[in-house]
Amino acid sequence: MTTSIERTWTAVCPVEAVPEYAGVAALLDGVQVAIFHLPGDRWYALSNWDPCSGAAVLSRGIVGDAGGVPVVASPVYKERFALESGQCLDAEDVSVPVYEVRVREGVVEVESP
Amino acid sequence: MPTLVVAGHGMVAHRLVEAVRAEDPSGNWHIVVLSEEPRPAYDRVALTSYVDTWDPASLALPGSDYADDSFVDLRLGELAVSVDRAAKTVTTASGAVVAYDALVLATGSRPFVPPVPGHDLPGCFVYRTIEDLDAIRAAAVDKPGRGRRSAVVIGGGLLGLEAAKALRDMGLSPHVVEMAPRLMPLQVDEGGGSLLRRLITNLDVTVHTGTSTDAIEADGSRLLAKLGNGTELDVDLVVFSAGVRPRDDLARQSGLELGPRGGVLTDLSCRTSDPSIYAIGECAAVDGRVYGIVAPGYAMAEIVAAQLTGGAGEFPEPDTSTKLKLMGVDVASFGDAHATTEGALEVAVNDAVAGTYKKLVVTDDGKTLLGGVLVGDATEYNTLRALVGRPLPAEPGAILAPAGGGAAVGVDALPDAAQICSCNAVSKGAITRAIHEDGCDSVPKLKACTRAGTACGSCVPLLGKLLSAAGVEQSKAVCEHFPQSRAELFEIVQATRITTFSELIARYGTGSGCALCKPAVASILATLGNGHVLGGEQMTLQDTNDRYLANLQRNGTYSVVPRIPGGEITPDKLIVIGEVARDFGLYTKITGGQRIDLFGATVDQLPQIWRRLVDAGFESGHAYGKALRTVKSCVGSTWCRYGVQDSVGLAIELELRYRGLRSPHKLKSAVSGCARECAEARSKDFGIIATENGWNLYVGGNGGTTPRHADLLVSDVDTETLIRTIDRFLMFYVRTADRLQRTAPWIEEMEGGLDHLRAVIVDDSLGICEDLDAAMAKHVDNYADEWKGVLEDPEKLARFTSFVNAPGTPDPAISFRSEREQKVPVMLGVPEVRR
Ligand code: SRM
Ligand SMILES: Cc1cc2nc3c(=O)[nH]c(=O)nc-3n(C[C@H](O)[C@H](O)[C@H](O)COP(=O)(O)OP(=O)(O)OC[C@H]3O[C@@H](n4cnc5c(N)ncnc54)[C@H](O)[C@@H]3O)c2cc1C
Ligand code: SF4
Ligand code: FES
Repeated sequence: MTTSIERTWTAVCPVEAVPEYAGVAALLDGVQVAIFHLPGDRWYALSNWDPCSGAAVLSRGIVGDAGGVPVVASPVYKERFALESGQCLDAEDVSVPVYEVRVREGVVEVESP
Repeated sequence: MPTLVVAGHGMVAHRLVEAVRAEDPSGNWHIVVLSEEPRPAYDRVALTSYVDTWDPASLALPGSDYADDSFVDLRLGELAVSVDRAAKTVTTASGAVVAYDALVLATGSRPFVPPVPGHDLPGCFVYRTIEDLDAIRAAAVDKPGRGRRSAVVIGGGLLGLEAAKALRDMGLSPHVVEMAPRLMPLQVDEGGGSLLRRLITNLDVTVHTGTSTDAIEADGSRLLAKLGNGTELDVDLVVFSAGVRPRDDLARQSGLELGPRGGVLTDLSCRTSDPSIYAIGECAAVDGRVYGIVAPGYAMAEIVAAQLTGGAGEFPEPDTSTKLKLMGVDVASFGDAHATTEGALEVAVNDAVAGTYKKLVVTDDGKTLLGGVLVGDATEYNTLRALVGRPLPAEPGAILAPAGGGAAVGVDALPDAAQICSCNAVSKGAITRAIHEDGCDSVPKLKACTRAGTACGSCVPLLGKLLSAAGVEQSKAVCEHFPQSRAELFEIVQATRITTFSELIARYGTGSGCALCKPAVASILATLGNGHVLGGEQMTLQDTNDRYLANLQRNGTYSVVPRIPGGEITPDKLIVIGEVARDFGLYTKITGGQRIDLFGATVDQLPQIWRRLVDAGFESGHAYGKALRTVKSCVGSTWCRYGVQDSVGLAIELELRYRGLRSPHKLKSAVSGCARECAEARSKDFGIIATENGWNLYVGGNGGTTPRHADLLVSDVDTETLIRTIDRFLMFYVRTADRLQRTAPWIEEMEGGLDHLRAVIVDDSLGICEDLDAAMAKHVDNYADEWKGVLEDPEKLARFTSFVNAPGTPDPAISFRSEREQKVPVMLGVPEVRR
């Protein structure tokens, strides 16, 4: 038997609004999501909430890699979070939720939280 | 428990107590230390540096208060006045009687004041303790008016010249009078002496040699020093520095044998004629000879400590090398500097043009180094000193040849037994062992582990070289993506004219970068003038502060700091700031940088706030950037009754000149209108203090975690020279410093330190000054206000939105409460996240 999970997608912004290596924040039904864009049309979405500082700011972090793993560094105290898994690289027991992102006809869509 | 009484608590006594305690951790000895001075032992060797800070803590010797040691009873302000050898007791000036099982005399020496008439008039001082310097300072600043004050130092030896430097640093014009025909007669020979005289004269010190001082006479509030050659010096104060005499009064009083020229006579194990009494340091005449420097004293302390704790020891052949710590003048002598050894040969090179004199003393076959004198350039002092008594790596003539042609004497040439640190008797072997076996991979670790470099500090450069020679260089790589240091990246970007991070990392790095290398490269690109810091790809390289041109706060809001050059502001502008703060509901605070910070702005509010500020004539204050922050000023000659120059005017000029300059770390400056230093200029990366004749420029200061006072780079220069010097200083720093390295550690780590810096930017020793000048001119021409740039560009403006799908909606996580009638942030808990 297969279970299919019904996803609902919310259109957020045109792709041009997020240059490569930049991040933006989106408000989805009261939940803050940080969306990142990497070269090769790779898109990621994490919670915008930085659990290490308690501020909603991850979208304003610097995007890069740690040993090849794409990460964003929190702008407050610089902890790094893996874009794919939400795992914090600098604190084992810390992670943030991740969300699905896709691009449809030039529009960035995020899975509704 | 037997009692060890130590009379005197100078550097040597402290070393003794430390050594005994280290060998005797369980406290078999109860130790009583009687200290005449009101404070625990301090670094007397560095006494002259006290005038940089006037903070006694800067001379502290770690642990010298024995605060946590119940076996040591340190009694401050207790002068020992007599010893009863039969009863084995010491009596102090306060009447206390202390019984001893062993007594160590470590009473040091007292300055010798020649009995010239008037030597005890008010205004006459000696130079040995913190209290002496405080008294000199009080006398120097006490007398108002009458222009530049002057002083005469009687004695042109090592200490006399140090005293002259201290007086000059206090803003006085010093004279030095020396009876011998040349300065530093004990260390330097005739050839070196005449060059030394020239170099010292260049430092604004007037030198009188070959003459006695016949009398000091009072002349109103001033003093008249009458010299044997007929000269009369009209001065404000007199400092005697005519040598020292061992303080052997306790020995005289108790009938111990004395040395032929004074001092407590001891054998080679530092035992006096009474077997339960030892003498160490400057008060001891070991085998009849008295030593006036600290290294032999430390050796004596170690020997006595060994005997007290069950070991043995004999005084080794002492090293009496000296290097003058006089700013800007290199003088060093080592080993048999005067060629007194049988058959010794002297090889000297006197280069009048370069202002250097170098002499080596060698054995009659020219193969073994015995000693030498270096004046004008003592860079090779440490290596040569360590080679004394050993075969020279090359012909003496080749070693002395002018730079470039000369055979370099590297640390490799030194044998393991060579002494690297003579103050603490640490050999090259001991240091390399600490590197390889104890894992010491930095100079501070080597200092902690071996003690090398912890007294006079002159061997510190060698420690660095030994680390490099052992291949233990600390990685300067910026991060995992770039193997280069920041300075190397700067050179690459400059040479290749690469203008984007992506091209740079593709060609010279790996991966996609990170929060370390991206801002560093962004800063380099900005310094080299690549347009607006948020232009194109640069936006994604910036730390959040630079990306939003504001300072991120704990709750995700930002603060706004408009530039207020020099701290000067019109009432109208002040009102605008007040209105903006009120209209946007911003928490308002006067900063420590003489300007105003407005806190609690959201990302969307930033452009609106700045629109109002820019319209009123304000510019970005770069409080967010690794860039020039503020140039603080004092009120200066315009209003202040003591001011000698317009400090506000200069501060504004400097702040406008360097605003927007991106740098490895933030840059701060200040200008004071006179030596009272109300603007705290010496705590800045570059600080300027007005003099009667112009400006003194100090560099390498900071507050923060490791406070440090700036050092004098150039003095009494006019405004044009001052600005040119600062231009070069800043550009050289911006190009060569490490990421997040402020100017102080940058200069400290620079090989050759302040002298090298001065050579590069004042004497153009690297031939780069023209280039530095041009780079700064370009910066000044290209400056544009960053906030104005954002307001004029819709694309940049569009990035200042809270939510890409709901611009203008405030961040629901931000909340404030009120405190003292202003808002302050409230941190909400992490919300439940739906998944
Ligand atoms: C606002 C202010 C405190 C105040 O209310 O007075 C302040 C606030 C901050 N200081 Fe400071 N410093 C302020 C004057 C100082 C001073 C005093 C001075 O400049 O005369 C010092 C000591 C002097 C010095 O820097 O040498 C000072 C030493 C530091 C340090 C330690 C630097 C060091 O080398 O150890 C840091 C940390 C750093 O920069 O890495 C720092 C960092 C900070 C930061 C930027 C921390 C941060 O990243 O959030 C603070 C945020 C400012 C903001 O949000 O606007 N602040 N800070 C002062 C702003 C001055 C201005 O007008 O620009
Ligand atoms: C300005 C300056 C620069 C110097 N530069 C150098 C340098 O570059 N290199 C170098 O090797 N050396 C230098 N020296 C010399 C060095 O400081 C001394 O050799 C060293 O401090 C000697 O240590 P000490 O403990 O024997 O004597 P001191 O440091 O003189 O200590 C003796 C202490 O005993 C106290 N005392 C004396 N009598 C009694 C008593 N009866 N009861 C109780 N207490 C008593 C004194 O008050 C004093 O505190 C410099 C000295 C000065 C002043
Ligand atoms: S530093 Fe000098 S000029 Fe400036 S306020 Fe103080 S006393 Fe006046
Ligand atoms: S030689 Fe003086 S501290 Fe090393």
